[in-house]
Amino acid sequence: MPSKFLDEARDPLIIAEGWMKDGKDVAVATVIETWGSAPRPVGSHLVIDAEGTFHGSVSGGCVEGAVISEALDVIASGKPKMLDFGVADETAWQVGLSCGGRIRVYVERLG
Amino acid sequence: MSSGWGEAMDPYVLKALNAERRARRAAIVVTDLGDGRDRVVKEGDAVAGDLGAAVAKAFRTGASSMVEAEGRSFFLNVHLPQPRLVVIGAVHISQALAPMARIAGFPLEIIDPRTAFASDERFPDVSLKAEWPEDVLKDCPLDRYAALAAVTHDPKIDDFPLKAALDADCFYVGALGSRKTHAKRVERLLAMGVTPDQIERINAPIGLNIGAANPAEIAVAVLAQVIAAFRSRGLAGKTKDEAA
Repeated sequence: MPSKFLDEARDPLIIAEGWMKDGKDVAVATVIETWGSAPRPVGSHLVIDAEGTFHGSVSGGCVEGAVISEALDVIASGKPKMLDFGVADETAWQVGLSCGGRIRVYVERLG
Repeated sequence: MSSGWGEAMDPYVLKALNAERRARRAAIVVTDLGDGRDRVVKEGDAVAGDLGAAVAKAFRTGASSMVEAEGRSFFLNVHLPQPRLVVIGAVHISQALAPMARIAGFPLEIIDPRTAFASDERFPDVSLKAEWPEDVLKDCPLDRYAALAAVTHDPKIDDFPLKAALDADCFYVGALGSRKTHAKRVERLLAMGVTPDQIERINAPIGLNIGAANPAEIAVAVLAQVIAAFRSRGLAGKTKDEAA
């Protein structure tokens, strides 16, 4: 029974569970540390399936593209990845947080 | 045997976490960043050592963070249910409390069967039910992540939800009224089957003692008391158990 307390249609972890039940390969990305001004708090999730469909967010849209492409690798290999994004990492990732903050994102495959 | 850095998330972890979240119970996903293993810790589960202390603190504060314990790095992702603040009484205090509580992260619901009080005109943008608490709480029962403040002064309206809040172990229960009013209320609640230990949990007179002199200041005192109760969940209970 759907919970009246969760917004199930938009909740990334509920969506990921649904994908799993449908037999899809899924990765879960989680903001685990932030420095300076970061758009999404520690604990925020982005969930990604093997086709690149995603829900949730780990930033205000600045680094989601990079997280999604890394997540596809994680889905293929099963090995978790730790990703760092910020103004200091522009050469590494070609993306940055325009607000000047830095975030660390942990990406793991579900199952 | 550990396969080293590189464990995927066990699907059971996600299912167990979502089951807790759907039931409005608190849970923490503990990820060992050394080997990638995840597990779900439910509120009340025993966790030993430094990690246990960090887990207990995370349940209280609701803040997710990295922690170092037993020589390892863990990420604690805390999932607390959204606290509900249920106010019985669409009175002057509630008008001040509604915007303050919303700003502080405690969205509030007001219940008052007196339609002259519970009008949208008096309470724009507030979840308002002009019905008896008995009827509203049947559909949307109170739980440990709900706070209840009874402020109508009318036993016919306040007494039932006060007992319901105590029975549901709400993290906060407050009732407006002087000490004399409260003494009479205690007699009625005892007659309804409320235990003396439960009576002790009622904050009456309501609100922190800040010398509040008008409805808006009483609202500040109530909100501060609700926050204090929320952030000390589990602490008071532990002291009592140890004392017993």
